This record gives sequence, structure tokens and C-alpha cells, in this order.
Amino acid sequence: MGQTTLNIHPGGGSGGPTPPSHQDLYAKREQIYPKLAHGKFRLVKWVVMAATLGVYYLLPWIRWDRGEGIPNQAVLADFQSEKFYFFFIEIWPQDIHFLAGLLILAALALFLVTSLLGRVWCGYTCPQTVWTDLYIWVERAFEGDRAARMRLDKGKWTFNKAWRKLGKHTVWLIIAFWTGGAFILYWHDAPTVARGWFTGEAPLSAYWFAGLLTLTTYFLAGWMREQVCTYMCPWPRIQAALTDEYALNVTYRYDRGEPRGPKRKSESWDERGDCIDCDQCVQVCPVGIDIRNGPQLECIHCALCIDACDQMMTKIGRPTGLIAYDTDVAVAARAAHQTPPKYRILRTRTVLYSVLISAIAVLMIWGLATKATIEANVLKDRSPPFVQLSDGNIQNGYTLKLVNKMAEPREMEISITGIEGLSFNVIGFEHEGSEPLVVPVEPFGVDRYRILVSAPAGAPQRLITISVRDTVSEETDTNRASFRGPN
Amino acid sequence: MANEIKDIDDHSGIETTGHSWDGIKELNNPLPRWWLYIWYGTIIWAVVYMVLMPAIPALPGMGTNTTGLRNHSDRDLVAAAVADLKEARVTQSETLLEASLEEIETDRGLQQFALAMGESLFGDNCATCHGAGGRGAVGYPILADDVWLWDGTLDGIEYTLRHGIRHDGDLDTRFSLMPSFGRDNLLSTDQIDDLTDYVLLISGQEHDAAAAGRVAELYQQQCASCHGVDGTGDRTQGAPNLTDQEWLFGGSRDDIYNTIYNARNSHMPAWQDRLDDASIKALAVYVHTLGGGE
Repeated sequence: MGQTTLNIHPGGGSGGPTPPSHQDLYAKREQIYPKLAHGKFRLVKWVVMAATLGVYYLLPWIRWDRGEGIPNQAVLADFQSEKFYFFFIEIWPQDIHFLAGLLILAALALFLVTSLLGRVWCGYTCPQTVWTDLYIWVERAFEGDRAARMRLDKGKWTFNKAWRKLGKHTVWLIIAFWTGGAFILYWHDAPTVARGWFTGEAPLSAYWFAGLLTLTTYFLAGWMREQVCTYMCPWPRIQAALTDEYALNVTYRYDRGEPRGPKRKSESWDERGDCIDCDQCVQVCPVGIDIRNGPQLECIHCALCIDACDQMMTKIGRPTGLIAYDTDVAVAARAAHQTPPKYRILRTRTVLYSVLISAIAVLMIWGLATKATIEANVLKDRSPPFVQLSDGNIQNGYTLKLVNKMAEPREMEISITGIEGLSFNVIGFEHEGSEPLVVPVEPFGVDRYRILVSAPAGAPQRLITISVRDTVSEETDTNRASFRGPN
Repeated sequence: MANEIKDIDDHSGIETTGHSWDGIKELNNPLPRWWLYIWYGTIIWAVVYMVLMPAIPALPGMGTNTTGLRNHSDRDLVAAAVADLKEARVTQSETLLEASLEEIETDRGLQQFALAMGESLFGDNCATCHGAGGRGAVGYPILADDVWLWDGTLDGIEYTLRHGIRHDGDLDTRFSLMPSFGRDNLLSTDQIDDLTDYVLLISGQEHDAAAAGRVAELYQQQCASCHGVDGTGDRTQGAPNLTDQEWLFGGSRDDIYNTIYNARNSHMPAWQDRLDDASIKALAVYVHTLGGGE
């Protein structure tokens, strides 16, 4: 019986270099020691890291005045009062579809970016990438760059090794703790919970989640790193279906690089490729692959190999861009000595995604702009479904929930129609007959009213309309409810 | 021989268990490390738990179980939680006690509190007989309509809740007694038959007019003192209106005959010893708002 094998490199099909064709089904993880790269993409990554971490750590501290009695935190998911605040937007449980819309928008934006620029999300902004990058930076500060780290890990346990390891893990844990600590600020008033956290007055859930996020940050960014992207994250699989040969990806231009091999100074550049097999692109890679094997599932397209290669090309006096953002079609065309097609931003899928994004964005903006500030919901009593009164009339009970999304108290007029001769009264108010009744509604909350509706037995109509109208702004909301009787 | 010499599988190079079934041997692979360590972890955890928490039942001289170093008791926790809840409710309960029933019902804040409290109290204590939402059942009045045997005002409902109906242990309980006309031989079965037709007549149902006519006089002698000359009942005695369509024990011929023959005197416990005053007030408001409060 031969060994069970699995080909996981479908990438070389377009005529590129032949990837290693077979790998064991199970392979032990090999520790990766990414070397520090220098160049414009490394710079971009530092800037993006500073920006994303800055947003994450500072956002909960931004204040936003909303009026008396309403939280003044700009971004807050307030589970206790069931509201989500985002600057000028307030999402009530009744508006939960906006949250769904936001998630759809985020997904579509990811699709669009993927079909334009490949996995830029993975390479630059994904939290796993950002925190791993930060952790490797700390690791480098304590243990040195690639070669030094490899030496240290191979060497015996000495005092030097011990304090470097200890220092690294301590700083990792501190970063992890700040990460977990910042997370809970999004769910409570930030200054209050931050103070309460240290005086022991914060809710139990705050400690639990801070601890959980501390651990996940420490393990995911410190220990698991690229395994999260390769084995745990579904995105590499999904993005394979979204990208195509027209998308810009971090690509090794084999048309220019092959045949590769070490080169003596005396050798001529004729009849050989530009790749001198210096291995720099492999050494800087945070996921431990060789980009020259073509597009790979593990590749997060962080572009650090571009920096490494460009540096080497400059040193040996060849043009940069042997590894670059390029499309599969362009590389294949050049390999076949044809003119590469121009990169096209407008393609069917990018247009489709853009149209969908615009449509949903317009819908959401329209929805937010015209969002109702009152909402009426009617719940009919289930038990008893109806009662017969002593005068022979049939009576049904309802609970009316009135939502007032504005910060001031309002007056609402309740009117009920639909059955000939109906009358209603609201518990706690003097009311008889079918004339509309004005009730007060408290600011920024939900009020419940108990309504009893009675109608002559045998009336044919079985549906009633309960409508609510703001006496000042004339805003209305209408509900239909069933009216049950014995027949 | 298997005890002494390790049996190594040729193909995989791994030791076997030494057992052979029709020539098939089982590889003695070690347990996965992660599994083993978790298992050791649970053993350590169990020891720690036994020391800290109640764990071993019925050791002599130790009560029902060991208490553990933490002295943990679920029973105490429940008692503490109940006490906490009572304390948390104190302020609102006090406002309920101070306000009149009418104030509770018309003040929005008090009303919401009383209804929420009343709803859960009703579910725990009253719905067993009166049904969810006061829908009623045979022998147990509907509380959601406007037909009341005794009193449908806020104060009347509170009185009924406090003292109950025909409740033995309460001198102020609402009380009346309908005689068992048949069982105690006060009337003959023929008379009861005819009286049944009379009740069917005054409640507007199908009846034998001749039979009803025979006992018009008898009704005035035997029944009118409680149910009224015209049969519309008397709330001071809890005597139901016989002329409407509401029947506590059913309005068919058989039901009515049965009622006259055996009498119906149902009971409701007095709640003032079981519930505190604030609870009774909240319940009174809740029942009053169910649909037919007066």
C-alpha cells in the first residue's frame, strides 16, 4: 500500500513552476521565524497596525452627547437597555434589520475588495494578522531577528534565554490583557467599567470576557498564529471562490524569474531568470510558504515578500517587481510572450458587487433617515380569547406596547376601528365608546397599555385596526389585530 | 508468554495488546496526550472539589453530608436570594401599601408595577383554579368578564382575596349556603324537575311552560329570598343571577337539576395569611383590570 497523499497546491496549473506535488496528510507544525522586512509594504503595514489598534483601543472613550438620561458613549452595545449606539445612530431591538444590513454591507465590501485586490483584508487589517504582527514585533525586540531566534530556540536553557522568553511572554500577556480589557469597554460605559474593573465593582461578565479575550489574544497571536488562518478561518476557502485570474494578488512573476538559481558575479543574465534563489521571500513570510509555488491557500497576501525581493533586486542591480501585485492572466500572457491585458477595475463581478453595495447602502440610509420615532405593537390576550359580558357583548383584551424613540415625553392618540358599534377603554383612563383617547408616553422607552375592546355579539367583522397618532407631529403607526367571538 | 515478551506488529512497528481474534490483533496505541492530561486534571479537580464543596453523603456525626471548607449550601443561597428580592421590592411595596387601590390603578408607574407583580402572583396562586388570565372553569368563576357573584369593585375584590369564600378559618369570610333541596328531602324530585323548567324559563332557554307554571309559587317560597323575586340574584349573599347566560356550573337541564338537588357551595381560601398586604393589593388591581372590574 502506498502512502496516502493529498495534492494541496492547485496553483501551478497555469504553466508556472511545478509545486511539490505531494504532501503527507498530517504534518507537524514547524515553527516559523519570520525575518523583518524593510520596504513600502512593511511601512504600510505598520501604519495600518497603528491605525486599527488605535481605533480599537480608543473608540470606546469617545463621547457623544445624546441628551438627558441617555448614554453619552459614541459606540456602545448596551445590552441592559437593549440598545446599540453608533455616533448619531441608535438601534433599538425593533430596528435589528439595520444590523443585518450592516453585516451584509461588510460582507459585500469584503467581496468587492477581494475581487479587486485579493486578500488585502487578510494581509493588512484582519485582527489575527494585526495582533500576530504586533506579537512578532515584541518577540523580535526580546529575542532578535530570525537567525537569533532560531539559535535561541535550538540552544540550551540559560539565564539569557530564560529572561528573554519570560520578558516576551510577560509583554504578550500585558498586550493580551489590554486587548481583553478594551473589549468590555464596548458593552458598558467605558470610564465606569474601567474604574469598576479595578475596584471589583464591575459586572461578573466583564471579568469573564476580559479574561477570555486575554487568553484568546495570547494564544491566537502568540502561539497559534498562521494556523488560525490556515486551519481555523473559513475565509481562505470562501475567498478562493470570490477571486479570479483578473484579481490583483501577490504574485511571483515566473515569466521573469525562471529558470532560477544561484548566480555568480561572472555569469551573464542571458538565458536565465532573475530569481537568484536567495530565499529572502521565504524567510520573511509569516505563514512559512514559498510564494514562488504560485497562489496558495496559506498565503495571506501581506506583501512582505515583495519588500524582501525588491530589496534584493536593487542590491544586485535588477529591476524590482519580480514579486509584485499582479494578475494571473498578465503573468500567463507574458510567459507566452504575448502582451498582458490591462488590469480592469470594471468587471462583471466588481460592477455587480458595487451595485449591490450602493443599493443596500441607499436603502439603509433611506431607512435611517425616515426611521419612525414611534412604534405600536398589539398583543392580543390568549387566555381567555374572549369573554361574554352581562349585556351580551363580546369583549377581547389587548396589550398595546408603545415605543417612543425620542428623548422627550409625547402624547399619543389611540383610535380603534373596524367593527360596527365597538367601544373600548384603556385601564387607568376614563373612557367609554369609540372616540379616540389621548394617552401620555414616556420619553425614550416602551409603555404598555391594557385595552379592553367590546363589540355586539354576532358582528360580522373579525379584524380591528388599532392606530396610534402623535398629537403634535402627526406621526402614526397602525396595527391590525383579530377580534375573537363565540362564532 | 505474552506477559513477558512484547508482541510487536510487523507492519506498523507498534506493540499489540497480545490478544488475538481469528488472527486479528489490536494495536496498543497510547492514549492521546491531551486526553490523558485532561483526565489527570479532572482527578485533581475532583479532589479539590471534595475538599471545598459538600461532597460525601452521610458520614456519622456530620449531619447529612460533609460541608466542605466553603460551607456552601444551595438552600441558603435561595433563602438569601429571596430575602434580597424582598428588600429590593421594599420601596415599591411601600408605595403600594400607602396608595389607595384607585390610585394604584390610575397612576401609570404604580399600575405597571402592580400589574407585573399581580400577573406573576396570579400565575403562582390563582391560575390553578381560575385559569390563565382569569378565563375560569366549571365551578371557578371567570374573572375576565363583568359578571360578579359577590363584588367586582377594587375594594370588593380585595376583601374577597383577604377573607376568601366559605373559608373555615376566617370569621369575616364571604358566606352563604344553598340547601341541598333533593338530597336533604326538602323538595320532591318532581318539584325539582319543575323548578328546573322554571329556571330554564327565566334564563330564556327551551322549557316546559306547564311545568314552570306549576312551581312559580314554590320558587317565590324557596328561592326568591336569595336569588331575587325576578331571579336576578343578590350579590350580598353571592347568589347568582339566574336570568343571564352565565353559568358557573353549567346551564343545561341536567346541570340545573343537579344544582338544585345537591346545591353548589364552592370555596376559595383566604389569602391574607399567605400573602403580604402589598401582594394582595397588586393582585386586586390585576384582577380588576382583567376585563370586568367595576
